[in-house]
Amino acid sequence: METLELTQEEQFQARIDADTRIEPKDWMPDAYRKTLIRQISQHAHSELVGMLPEGNWITRAPSLKRKSILLAKVQDEAGHGLYLYSAAETLGASRDQLLADLHAGKAKYSSIFNYPTLSWADMGTIGWLVDGAAILNQVPLCRTSYGPYARAMVRVCKEESFHQRQGFEIMQTLSEGSAEQKAMAQEALNRWWWPTLMMFGPKDSESPNTEQSMKWRIKRFTNDELRQKFVDMMVPQAEFLGLTIPDPELKWNEAKQGYDFGDVDWAEFWDVVKGNGPCSRERLQARVQAHEEGAWVREAALAHAEKRKQRAEAARAVAA
Amino acid sequence: MADVPTHATTLAPTSPADAQALLLPYVLQLADTSLILAHRLSEWCGHGPILEQDLAMANIALDLLGEARSYYQYAAELEGKGRTEDDLAYLRSAVEYRNPLLVEQPNGDFAATIARQFLYDAFHYHLLLQLQQGPDRQLAAIAEKSVKEAAYHVKWSSEWVIRLGDGTEESRRRLEKALESLWRYSGELTTPNATEQALQAAGLVPDYAAIQQQVDAHVARVFEEATLPVPQGVFMQKGGKDGRHSEHLGYLLTELQYLQRTYPGLQW
Amino acid sequence: MSQKEWPLWEVFIRSKQGLDHKHVGSLHAADAEMAIQNARDVYTRRLEGVSIWVVESKHVHASNPDDAAAFYEPANDKIYRHPTFYTVPDSIKHM
Repeated sequence: METLELTQEEQFQARIDADTRIEPKDWMPDAYRKTLIRQISQHAHSELVGMLPEGNWITRAPSLKRKSILLAKVQDEAGHGLYLYSAAETLGASRDQLLADLHAGKAKYSSIFNYPTLSWADMGTIGWLVDGAAILNQVPLCRTSYGPYARAMVRVCKEESFHQRQGFEIMQTLSEGSAEQKAMAQEALNRWWWPTLMMFGPKDSESPNTEQSMKWRIKRFTNDELRQKFVDMMVPQAEFLGLTIPDPELKWNEAKQGYDFGDVDWAEFWDVVKGNGPCSRERLQARVQAHEEGAWVREAALAHAEKRKQRAEAARAVAA
Repeated sequence: MADVPTHATTLAPTSPADAQALLLPYVLQLADTSLILAHRLSEWCGHGPILEQDLAMANIALDLLGEARSYYQYAAELEGKGRTEDDLAYLRSAVEYRNPLLVEQPNGDFAATIARQFLYDAFHYHLLLQLQQGPDRQLAAIAEKSVKEAAYHVKWSSEWVIRLGDGTEESRRRLEKALESLWRYSGELTTPNATEQALQAAGLVPDYAAIQQQVDAHVARVFEEATLPVPQGVFMQKGGKDGRHSEHLGYLLTELQYLQRTYPGLQW
Repeated sequence: MSQKEWPLWEVFIRSKQGLDHKHVGSLHAADAEMAIQNARDVYTRRLEGVSIWVVESKHVHASNPDDAAAFYEPANDKIYRHPTFYTVPDSIKHM
């Protein structure tokens, strides 16, 4: 029995090594299933909670065009959450259970969404920086080993590229605008830079699951690799915008052909992860409230569907 | 368009040129209506009862926003003073806004949002059906595009009225309560104000009596399936179309216009 | 008060006339009508479709991956089913 199990596991790993996708009904190790459910649902929760900081500005968007774009973008995030919950459901999780874990504070989501959006420039910064960081994380996941997850990510990435561009466009407009607008853009960058770097997660040395996840190809780069990539990508863009990245230690390193940069405030990172971010409480509360206040709506729709079904059956019985 | 009430004749324009001049306030009324309702719906974004419906409401809001922008652009053109769609949306005060009272009413619970949406959609759809055949080519073009969207909106909100009315006891109670407070704003939609009467006389705006009949028939059909009684003898509030709004609009505009008012004259 | 979730539906979309419906994902809905509308709102926001099918997930029957060898490998040696198995003289056209 034990040798058979081992063979199955070895076969499984061989398929992954050969870049053959794993599909829902295929055999998979329990740990793979559990890790995936955790990772996909965290990602889904991030999309869902991520609607709130930007949703905060939909009613205050400064032009009709911006209002349309922002609303479409936040709506996309709802869509992304939905695609991802669907992917998790193929592994036997239920959306209701995943949401219950989120609402109980048992599930994590990206720490970035626990920061407040204070000015219009935050909409630019979130699109440009935060979505930029998200894309770096997400593009490799389009080739992740689990089929439904990879397919959901392809859809997400396709839609996400407009998000980053609209953010950059807001930043560019502000940077080329009045002194007040430029100051608004810089102030937002100052607030969001470090939390964005935290999005890539703890340092590799403190990320014990990375090795297994890389082996399973549900993670394709390490946290530090992605963080470095991100900084290298963002510095020239900030320069183009005429904005200063708030890191005095930032400088080009010719030898590694990349930027050296300062260390993230890891104490702050762990505080936010533990639920003590500036808006952690409000974000979770907003989600719980929406879910609870929606309960009677969901219930009514089910009750009505049931009534209809019974009526149709009764009509059939009469006809027969 | 023969039977215009006599009291309106004093207000009615005497020439097509005058009627054309009245088109601007009417187009603004259409623009404001779509914008305010889109704004209200967009407040739901991220807070809907289930993800799927969050997306549905955002889609409707986006349709309405797009429609509002088309009207504002046309209004700016009619006005000919170099103002933009944003100037018209962001720099007019509450008393200058021309939307009917219904659409500015707060979201309340999901039942109130559905009731408001349903009452508006039923009118909106039938209005657009007529407008797309009207003599003003630009208005007809906007209506032709929007009527497809409105057809979906009215389907969506009608089905929700049926689900909530014939769902659970709680959903029915909530919907009845919502209708009790919102029904009194439904009359304004099809009660022409002086501008509309004049434009109706000139054939630029469709006959509301006919639209009212179609709306009534639709509402009766949906309410029957929802097992709801159609409210009778309710006093109808009006005034929004003439700038006499409820107190809600001021707050809505304060939020909507915040950045444009705080930093005048900038590009965003 | 029931705590039941809306059922899960699989969504298939025809991206344009002439093509097959293709599985695009899933969603929750209380009934079939709502599932179609939700599919429209969720999966066709960027002109992705002209037609939608929905099937309640519990009604989809799938083959067992353990049967894969028995199901699909026997087709491997039936190369005579493929036109390239046959040689046709160069001078013969339209075949």
